[in-house]
Amino acid sequence: MNASADARLGPAVLELDCEREIERIAARLRELLASELSRRGLVVAISGGIDSAVSAALSVRAVGAERVYGLLLPEHDSAGSSVRLGRLLAERLGLRNEVFDIAPTLEAIGCYRWRDEAIRNVFPDYGTGWKNKIVISGGLEGRLNHFQLVVQSPTGEQHRERLGLKEYLQIVAATSYKQRIRKTVEYFHADRLNYAVVGTPNRLEYDQGFFVKNGDGSADVKPIAHLYKTQVYALARHLGLPEEICRAQPTTDTYSLAQGQDEFYFALPYAQMDLALWAHNHGRPAADLAEALGISETRAERIYRDIEAKRRTTRYLHAKARLIEAVTEIGP
Amino acid sequence: MSDDLRQRIQRFILENYLFTSDPGALAPDASLLGRGIVDSTGMLEIIMFIEEQLGVTVADAEMVPENLDSVERIAAFVEAKRGRT
Repeated sequence: MNASADARLGPAVLELDCEREIERIAARLRELLASELSRRGLVVAISGGIDSAVSAALSVRAVGAERVYGLLLPEHDSAGSSVRLGRLLAERLGLRNEVFDIAPTLEAIGCYRWRDEAIRNVFPDYGTGWKNKIVISGGLEGRLNHFQLVVQSPTGEQHRERLGLKEYLQIVAATSYKQRIRKTVEYFHADRLNYAVVGTPNRLEYDQGFFVKNGDGSADVKPIAHLYKTQVYALARHLGLPEEICRAQPTTDTYSLAQGQDEFYFALPYAQMDLALWAHNHGRPAADLAEALGISETRAERIYRDIEAKRRTTRYLHAKARLIEAVTEIGP
Repeated sequence: MSDDLRQRIQRFILENYLFTSDPGALAPDASLLGRGIVDSTGMLEIIMFIEEQLGVTVADAEMVPENLDSVERIAAFVEAKRGRT
């Protein structure tokens, strides 16, 4: 699928035969449903973003729209466009779908309260009408990754502070309720329909651990986890998905202030991050990446180190529960 | 360098990350990140320990492995900061 390891490093290394790849994924989805999962359809949560849109379209290609159930699961901090784009996609694909607002569940379980309490430890004035986001910092400057909290007052004034450990962990734990509640709803419908749940991470997210354990990281099948984000966009266009979805920039859609994924986690825009990850995976020296991105070799080396650091830090997210000793009748 | 400071840092890491009080389990110059003893979240915990228990503020620019990636380095960093204040 990928260009050879000695090709000149540039966007061309990520080009793929879209139709062939779509057919390959669809065939594998059918095979997995039939042989390993023993389920008769697929549930996909649709966020309005590119990854879930492509995953839904691939699911339809694999088993037909009548065997795919789409879920739109907004909450207080979802972008206003999420449900509109989700509906647009569901209509385009001919999917049965349902909108279920998870905000009351999140209220009841304390998601917003726990988050706001941690934010107020840093910014005591934070309250109704304020917005927030978390921004990553450090890795590309050769420092250890850490997070900063950005808040915006109702009058539009922004403030930024480095997050202490306790506040950082509490904010992330609270907001992770969003992905975990969504997954609970997805599995309810999957169980009800005897379907399997589709996970929608792309390769950057899967490799770098940009998902919530037992939240969006949980699924029965992940059809695009091997594809770089650039390739996901290419499939979206080939599949004829709505232009507004194909043009949208990736966001976390988790925090109330607008927040790009590169701000929160990846530290580089996705197209550059794709190239960096591809180059690192193919053993390309930092000098090649530096030339391709027009950056210094030192910065390219830091990007490679950052990729490794994130893999190390998030290894736990991929791990199954460890046993004290193997139960060999079940597996290792 | 103060042995007392070094032992305090070593004890914190031994007790919190290796679940032992045996000083032989962690060489003072062992890389905490390289040996997988802590990850970046663990580093934030160490920074919290330095700030709250050792009374030294860690600036953003000082959050580098050269200052924080072993017991020796943390102790040297803390002593240098104390010397400057």
